[in-house]
Amino acid sequence: MSLPPKLRLCGLRKAFGAKIVLDGVDLEVERGSSMVILGGSGSGKSVMIKCVLGLIEPDAGRIEIDGRDLAALSRAERAAVLDRIGMLFQNGALFDSLPVWENVCFKLLAQKRITRRAARDKAAEVLALVGLGPEVCDLWPAELSGGMQKRVALARAIAAEPELIFFDEPTTGLDPIMGAVIDGLIVDVVKRLGATAVSITHDMASARRIGDRAAMIHKGRIVWTGDAKALGNTGHPLVDQFARGEREGPITMDLRR
Amino acid sequence: MERILDGVAAVGRAAIGLCRAVGAVAVFAAIGLSGVVRPPWYWRNFARAFAEVAYFSLPVVGLTALFTGMALALQSYTGFARFNAEGAVANVVVLSITRELGPVIAALMIAGRIGAAFAAEIGTMRVTDQIDALATLSTDPMRYLVTPRLAATTLALPLLVLVADILGVAGGFLIGTGKLDFTAAGYLRATADFLQAMDVISGLVKAAVFGFFVALMGCWFGYTSRGGAEGVGAATTQAVVAASILILGANYLLTELFFAR
Repeated sequence: MSLPPKLRLCGLRKAFGAKIVLDGVDLEVERGSSMVILGGSGSGKSVMIKCVLGLIEPDAGRIEIDGRDLAALSRAERAAVLDRIGMLFQNGALFDSLPVWENVCFKLLAQKRITRRAARDKAAEVLALVGLGPEVCDLWPAELSGGMQKRVALARAIAAEPELIFFDEPTTGLDPIMGAVIDGLIVDVVKRLGATAVSITHDMASARRIGDRAAMIHKGRIVWTGDAKALGNTGHPLVDQFARGEREGPITMDLRR
Repeated sequence: MERILDGVAAVGRAAIGLCRAVGAVAVFAAIGLSGVVRPPWYWRNFARAFAEVAYFSLPVVGLTALFTGMALALQSYTGFARFNAEGAVANVVVLSITRELGPVIAALMIAGRIGAAFAAEIGTMRVTDQIDALATLSTDPMRYLVTPRLAATTLALPLLVLVADILGVAGGFLIGTGKLDFTAAGYLRATADFLQAMDVISGLVKAAVFGFFVALMGCWFGYTSRGGAEGVGAATTQAVVAASILILGANYLLTELFFAR
């Protein structure tokens, strides 16, 4: 019997008032694979991830992790499942009241899996994985550049060695070279941990570098799923327009003329 | 007829909105307080909030209390002189300070200092996804952020008010002996003669209640803020205004409870 997919969404729906954000999302992410989710601004990508993380309660639909329906689990069981998920937020979301090393080891410290003394060494070790030296440990988040903040946030997301990691627009707001560096780091750490990765992006170069598989979300639904390397030549008019960034096509922006 | 019904509907909507908001705050407070009795406890966050209220607010609250005591002595002297009742100055100062002005003034200063700071800190964490980040790092944001602040402010404000009481009386003493013609011994004796334990205790109970309200408003408006820097600014203002109104309203109710007969 084959293993169930790491993550499966069935008919996920969410509306904020009259605005329907997710309109029946179906998605499967195989264990150990790297899935990239494409979609325009406001297409519901972030809301979908927040539903999985339990930050937003979906209106309807199932969320399965390792074949287990999250809604059917007890509080403690759900906490245990969510405990093995990591998340890289779009702008890092580092805790600015804590130095870098406490940020990186936050979860380990909160769960008392590590002493404060050992946490500093552990932080340096994890920071090395994202290409930062130990001298960064004692800096404050506000003292870091955008690229460094992203890398520290990446270190924080992987420090507890999650099995499933979400990346919310990992390269947005970075220069192309730093974007490529972050992409490389993501591919490396995901491979090293043997984790499953789900990335949201609208950066095509980044999508091809990070992803094995790709899915396109449009108007609250997954409209296409396929090989990430094929992006731009999928034959699907909507996806190709998005991947090439063309103004004319099936997707129209509601701009007032 | 239509217009009248519209007016009634508007009143109804406002009333429902108010009930909903009060209910939501009550639930928020209950969840925040439930963290006091169940681990995990975040002692560092408690200690940081406690120091911020009890120690770093000392200069502000101390000076305010001192000046209030001085003005009170001067004002009551000029007033009572008309009735040849100047001797009551010490009495008026100590009772006003311990029962009313100490707790109220200290709490209002703390609302401006601490309530605003809580709302700004937590509000910034909200709009920069730090609160969501806490949840993804297996940490309950209510317990990590709200519970320590509620507990610390509720416990620290009575201590601060005790200091405010002493400095307020000292302010009266300075004016009474320096500017008015009281002897030091006479002023202190008059102060001690009229003061009862209940006067101070009621003030400290008020302080604990006010401290709770200040922290609750700061945390609530911060936690529910949205819309970037502007939203955080609005949350900060709302926290201070709401806390101030709650302090003054609760002060009346508690005075009624303690002293009305």
